Amino acid sequence: MIAGPAVQTLDLTRRFGDVVAVDGLNLTVDDEVFGLLGPNGAGKTTTIKMLITLLPPTSGDARVAGFDIAQEAGLVRRRIGYVPQLLSADGALTGRENLELSAALYHLPRTVRSARIDEALRFMELDSVADRIVRTYSGGMIRRLELAQAMLHEPAALFLDEPTVGLDPTGRDAVWARIRELRERDGTTILLTTHHMDEADALCDRVAIMHRGVVAAIGTPSELKAAIAPEATLDDVFRRATGTDIDAGGTYRDVARTRRTASRLG
Amino acid sequence: MLEVPTVTSLERAERPVAWAEPPGPIRFLIDTGTIARSELRKVARDPVEVLTRAAQPILWLLVFGQVLSSIRAIPTGSLSYLDFLAPGVLAQSALFSAIFYGIAVIWERDLGIVQKLLVSPASRSALVSGKALAGGLRSIVQALIVTIVAAVIGIHLRADLLSIIGVIAIVILGSALFATFSLNIACLVRSRERFMGIGQLMTMPLFFASSAIYPVALMPDWLKVVASLNPLTYMVDALRSLMIVGGVSEHGLATDFGVLSITFIVMIAIAARLYSRLAA
Repeated sequence: MIAGPAVQTLDLTRRFGDVVAVDGLNLTVDDEVFGLLGPNGAGKTTTIKMLITLLPPTSGDARVAGFDIAQEAGLVRRRIGYVPQLLSADGALTGRENLELSAALYHLPRTVRSARIDEALRFMELDSVADRIVRTYSGGMIRRLELAQAMLHEPAALFLDEPTVGLDPTGRDAVWARIRELRERDGTTILLTTHHMDEADALCDRVAIMHRGVVAAIGTPSELKAAIAPEATLDDVFRRATGTDIDAGGTYRDVARTRRTASRLG
Repeated sequence: MLEVPTVTSLERAERPVAWAEPPGPIRFLIDTGTIARSELRKVARDPVEVLTRAAQPILWLLVFGQVLSSIRAIPTGSLSYLDFLAPGVLAQSALFSAIFYGIAVIWERDLGIVQKLLVSPASRSALVSGKALAGGLRSIVQALIVTIVAAVIGIHLRADLLSIIGVIAIVILGSALFATFSLNIACLVRSRERFMGIGQLMTMPLFFASSAIYPVALMPDWLKVVASLNPLTYMVDALRSLMIVGGVSEHGLATDFGVLSITFIVMIAIAARLYSRLAA
């Protein structure tokens, strides 16, 4: 692998009117599974949207795969994979057709295209349903298809926004297993957001807990837990870092979005 | 609590990619084709919408056309009223189906499909051109159905190859234009409810302020001005001369093609700028 981090931010900031969604974020993520945690509205999704070039920062800089997210967005896009929180596979196409669309948009050489697609389908255990319309897939199958699409062009960094939202435990376990294997097989840097502390504990090498646009705590799950108490859980770390009271966290829009995604996947 | 480390400068560590990209203009064409093909695959799989949209123009020809033709209320020169009406109905069917194209785009936004396309390396202009091309090609099915019905009820259609190619080209261009117009509205309003309202609001004025169902000469002066700014007028004008035996273009085919092409390019340029609003 090349020296230099897959994701690095310097005072990355995004305002929406008077609201500072992300406030001077300094983060380096490389060669690991990194989890961004935090209550709704903490700035996780805004951070990801800036890193994947969908949202210009108000101020500050970031480099992804070595390129500037604002000045070199095209070069960044070529080198990243993204699975949005929302449902992004096209339900009217088959699994294979979805992969063909991704392969074509990333200009995979024709000589390797169909072999690569077959391999991705096998890896995600979707080969038996490859030619079925995605609308008939379960939530876990759709998420695995989306992971396959996001990995097809061998990105240097993979961004997963709430990868298991709305999945039942079986679907969630299968997605976790694929993420771990992907990390092992390709050595891809993975940055994910999640609400679930058990997910962060199970998947992430390091986590950052965001609160009101800033990083309130960062470290490996075990470091963070040990810093509080010997028997502490990540839930305790989360509560300590965010001081969240029961009625905080998320706007009507956040809730609507999460529930909509959950109902579509379920 | 652990200390949050600070970054003081960013390292430039460019990651190589495993294969080369084709050069820009070729990439634009490939990406446009990729998007259009994927859209048309969906139409081919579920053609119900395209087919049902052909029902309305058939009613215009069979009911409205037959009645108005029998009372001879509208002077259409040397053409019979039905001959005059058929190109207008064809253009109308293209307009009415293309103008709601934006709904599908808002739907794709409410899912995460648009976001994923926008994160891909395809340029915004290629993404919207692909959508527009699909919107244009989709309308050929309706055009074919309308033409068959027109032939059956005895409308005097031209049958030479050049005219047929001309009709197809105008139908594709006009539909792509209105589909892109629709896409732009979708990018601005970003909600299905508001879009439906605006879509309904747009179609009737575009239709009535054109030469689709009566000659521009019958209109009051203010409406003539509106009609001369309406792309549908030029689409109908071109179709009338290309489709109908004895049909004459008022503005000339070169003007018609020119106006439609330039409007289309402007629409695409606007769409390429607006499309990323859907991800915000």
